[in-house]
Amino acid sequence: MSRSKNDLPDPLILAAAGAGIAVLATGAALWQRRRHRESRGQEETIATDAPHWTLDKTSSRALFGKSVLINRPRAELYAAWMPERFPEFMENVVAVDDLGEDVSQWTIKAPAGREVTLVNRITERVEDTSIYWQSTPASDIANSGEVRFTDAPAGRGTYVSLILAYDPPAGKVGRLAAKLLQREPEVQARRDLHRFKQLMETGEVTTNASPSARGAESPAEPHI
Amino acid sequence: MRAVTWQGRHKISVETVPDPEIVNPRDAIIRVTSTAICGSDLHLYDGYIPGMRAGDIVGHEFMGEVVETGASSTLHRGQRVVVPFTISCGQCFFCEKQQYSACDNSNPSETRDASELMMGHAMGGAFGYAHLTGGYAGGQAEYVRIPYSDVGPVVIPDGLADDDVLFLSDILPTGWQAAVNADIEPGDTVAVWGCGPVGLFTIQSALLLGAGRVIAIDHFPTRLALAKKYGAEILDYTKVDVREALAEMTGGIGPDACIDCVGMESHGFTVDNILDQVKVKLLSSTERIHALRQAILACRKGGRLSIPGVYGGFADKFPLGQLMEKGLTVKSGQTHVQRYSGELLDMIQAGKFDTVSLISHHASLEDAADMYRHWHDEQDLYTKIVLKPGLAKGAVSALQEMEHA
Ligand SMILES: NC(=O)c1ccc[n+]([C@@H]2O[C@H](COP(=O)([O-])OP(=O)(O)OC[C@H]3O[C@@H](n4cnc5c(N)ncnc54)[C@H](O)[C@@H]3O)[C@@H](O)[C@H]2O)c1
Ligand SMILES: [Zn+2]
Ligand SMILES: [Zn+2]
Repeated sequence: MSRSKNDLPDPLILAAAGAGIAVLATGAALWQRRRHRESRGQEETIATDAPHWTLDKTSSRALFGKSVLINRPRAELYAAWMPERFPEFMENVVAVDDLGEDVSQWTIKAPAGREVTLVNRITERVEDTSIYWQSTPASDIANSGEVRFTDAPAGRGTYVSLILAYDPPAGKVGRLAAKLLQREPEVQARRDLHRFKQLMETGEVTTNASPSARGAESPAEPHI
Repeated sequence: MRAVTWQGRHKISVETVPDPEIVNPRDAIIRVTSTAICGSDLHLYDGYIPGMRAGDIVGHEFMGEVVETGASSTLHRGQRVVVPFTISCGQCFFCEKQQYSACDNSNPSETRDASELMMGHAMGGAFGYAHLTGGYAGGQAEYVRIPYSDVGPVVIPDGLADDDVLFLSDILPTGWQAAVNADIEPGDTVAVWGCGPVGLFTIQSALLLGAGRVIAIDHFPTRLALAKKYGAEILDYTKVDVREALAEMTGGIGPDACIDCVGMESHGFTVDNILDQVKVKLLSSTERIHALRQAILACRKGGRLSIPGVYGGFADKFPLGQLMEKGLTVKSGQTHVQRYSGELLDMIQAGKFDTVSLISHHASLEDAADMYRHWHDEQDLYTKIVLKPGLAKGAVSALQEMEHA
């Protein structure tokens, strides 16, 4: 990334951090935010065990996490989390192209029939435990993410946590993309994570596709 | 195909709609042979269930013949099946605990957010019951797509008529779970509010589970007569002081278990209920919980309260202090139908349940709008309506002359 670190508000530090140190940056961003609030409010605080789930309004969290319980073994879920499979369960990801060296290009459906392209590199894999990725300069949106797999208690399977951060981008494409993502990126992440759960537990992505007396709907397409 | 659709409060119409299609590998499609109208449909009809959209196909009690199967369905064309109203994957944490109605996969991601916002967690999926439970088309139609068809549908052995087994879809297991949730001990006195179809199966189940006596409460003579026929002592709440009667019948201590088979549209001209009705009309509350209040006050100290009756949201003047001070145990929930299907089918075959004599009418699917109106306005005469897509319009048959209590 070319922009200097100093002129960015704290959540963007993560996006600016560059390949390889996403985890450190996550910690830094959180620490910065917490310090920010402390100095603002002067109140005494104690670091809680839920760093990503703050009382900030969801729409203003540029860094967020979602977790879901999946009733499958950790190793199986780790193995299934491959960019090639994202279109199977990520609602807006229409295609993923492998560009080699762990870099892939994700084509994302945006409103009004447009498309946004993310170019992301997997920066770290910890066998059966976690996967990190980070956008490259070619990406329309600077973003980074982490998916973490931990054993759930008593044979319940695995807790899968998805933590994403993105840099609300500049430029025309960027604004369009941001509009898409800022709509409710947390909601999108939760939905996609849930689709991953459905796919891994039941072998298919759940759909309510069925007839209705509403003319515009197809019995083969999901509806709200 | 033809299907019964919800168009708004007190507006039901039969429309021509597209046929369902196989969408996922585990799907199957059935051709419906019988489908019933439920007390829960009445809540939709009256507009008390949030998340309905005009044009939704309703109905969640149905059975029929398998006509098409997806690649991983275990059903075969031509099999007769009863379909549980709860849509359950069989593989999530909840399904593995047999808490099927809490299935965490059947409510799709498109609809689960609203459900989560309203209830705290997304509810499981159900057929024909609003978008908070997934927005799936219902079974009051000629054909239905059945997701996870390898888990839910109960294959019916030859020789059993539709009327014998149709209620495995909902009200029989619901009555059974209501009684199971009352943790009945041998000799217990069990009081049941509401002698609709759910109450009537609860009465039969409570006796089968060892209750010494069951006392049933309603005000419709025909329904009370059925309750009596199934072995309950009966109280007409328009003639009897229910709490006094229950106390007197139990030496002053009250029933050991109380079961609310009424739900959110409790009738009666009592002060609390009239206030509730005014609030419901002003839309500041969805519930009329008169029967539930009475059940809590009537129940013995340390007793059990089971609530199969459906409620939709926040209730007023809930006797929380009474519940706590008396130390009642409460169990509730949409029925985990798949958990009971097998044993209940066996019990039907062994003749343990009367599943037929509560059916008052068979009618054509085409007459659904009229039938909803009767079901709403004439609950005494119409104790359970079964719609048949095969019957010609107007071919309504009242099945028996009902005796009055
Ligand atoms: N938990 C579940 O999974 C599940 C499944 C099916 C139905 N239900 C619910 O069970 C309830 C009953 O269903 P149903 O089909 O029998 O409905 P229903 O409307 O036919 O029966 C309700 C009965 O309650 C009686 N009643 C009304 N107010 C009363 C009062 N104050 N005291 C005593 N009786 C009173 C009515 O006269 C009526 O006979 C409904 O709320 C329905 O939604 C729950
Ligand atoms: Zn029902
Ligand atoms: Zn499930």
